Amino acid sequence: MSVPAIAIRKLVKRFGETTVLQDIDLEIPEGKVSCLIGPSGSGKSTLLRCLAFLEEATSGMITINGEALGFFEDANGRRERLPANQIRTVRTKTGMVFQQFNLWPHMTALGNVSEALKIVRKVPKAEAEERAMTQLRKVGLENRAGHYPSQLSGGQQQRVAIARALALEPKIMLFDEPTSALDPELTGEVLNVMRDLASDGMTMVVVTHEIGFAASVGQQISFLDHGRLLFSGPPAEIFAKPRHPRLEQFLDTYLDRGASMLA
Amino acid sequence: MMFDPQVIIEKLPEIASGLFVTLWLWIAGVLGGVVAGFVVATARRFGGTLVNAVLGAVVEVLRGTPFLIQIFLLYYGGPFVGLMLDPIPCGLIGLTVYSAAYYSEVFRAGYASVPIGHVEAAACLGMTRFQTISRIQVPEMALIVLPPAINLAVILLKESAVLSIITVPELTATVSAIGSQQYAFLEAIFILAIVYWIIVELTDRLGRMAENRLSRLRFSKA
Repeated sequence: MSVPAIAIRKLVKRFGETTVLQDIDLEIPEGKVSCLIGPSGSGKSTLLRCLAFLEEATSGMITINGEALGFFEDANGRRERLPANQIRTVRTKTGMVFQQFNLWPHMTALGNVSEALKIVRKVPKAEAEERAMTQLRKVGLENRAGHYPSQLSGGQQQRVAIARALALEPKIMLFDEPTSALDPELTGEVLNVMRDLASDGMTMVVVTHEIGFAASVGQQISFLDHGRLLFSGPPAEIFAKPRHPRLEQFLDTYLDRGASMLA
Repeated sequence: MMFDPQVIIEKLPEIASGLFVTLWLWIAGVLGGVVAGFVVATARRFGGTLVNAVLGAVVEVLRGTPFLIQIFLLYYGGPFVGLMLDPIPCGLIGLTVYSAAYYSEVFRAGYASVPIGHVEAAACLGMTRFQTISRIQVPEMALIVLPPAINLAVILLKESAVLSIITVPELTATVSAIGSQQYAFLEAIFILAIVYWIIVELTDRLGRMAENRLSRLRFSKA
């Protein structure tokens, strides 16, 4: 058995008195698409943000390709923060795509995608832009390279954001509800780009409300509720009847949103 | 008695020297204030709660008391704590510190205007805090802080007239002295108002040009 792309062990996250994640244990295998689903407030976005180190877990440990992310915790629960440069290095093994795109408005699409290559990897400008163009081509936007985010549609912005996250050639891509801020007719183009990535063998962790996408592209489905990971497994198993009553209840609200095929 | 600005305009060389002192004190005070204000805003944002509280209190005091009183305290109160300053250095320090307090608030608002997600995107790509500030936050806030920054510069130009009371030979001091000598005080004040107004107008023009340029640069070629 090879090292999992991501291993989450006994992860706990509290905001003050509120426990948002309780003892999460999960392994995400390399090359697989793993979808996190669950109702609002279940903690799925927080879990993903912990994987991107945008939230620091209260206890527990995360490893990315076997390397500790942010904190090292020994068997006795003694926890130690890793040095900042090491955190940055491990972080760039994952690429993050946000619900709100978060493109930098003062840079063109090409500028957004090439920026980290230039200033983090110190790649010369011409080469960085060439590599950025390759990523833009991958998301079908090479003809929009000179456009500023304000000149692009939501779907195009999200595809640029995916290209930006791919620029440093991460091994793992994290998606935080990547289509939730888009009009229904624009979600398709983003989901298609994600399908392409999946078929290229990219390890992906996707927080999504697109149950149809999760069921058809996901290879591992994890269902969270009230900060707990209720269960995790391949879609055929998870969505097969009889289902867990909590999942059944959750899916009921989705029947008219692309999950009708599962009814 | 007639209103005769001519008697003042005759003293043009003296007025020019006063204007020169005002201009360089003002420009130095604004530039120093921008730099120090940015450092203060950055330290408050990233330096932890203690640094934020201490600097916040200093800024509150500077913003909460009249510039006239600050200058009095610095110039006449300074010697009591061993701080003997000539009028011009005293004026320069006073103006810089005063403007730094206000500019720090401008930059504080500037930092707040950049969506947190834009900073998170930079962090995910392995950028250091310094890289994020210089490549993302500062350029993003530039367009937003420019109008209040220019407005503040205009206010500081006019506040610099206060330095006349500690005998800095700037524009107001020079022109009102001429007015007294020539028995033409009203004319002097009138000329003074016009000169300040011209500089303010020029500053506003310059500011608007910079704004247009910046927004064109940002949303130019498609």
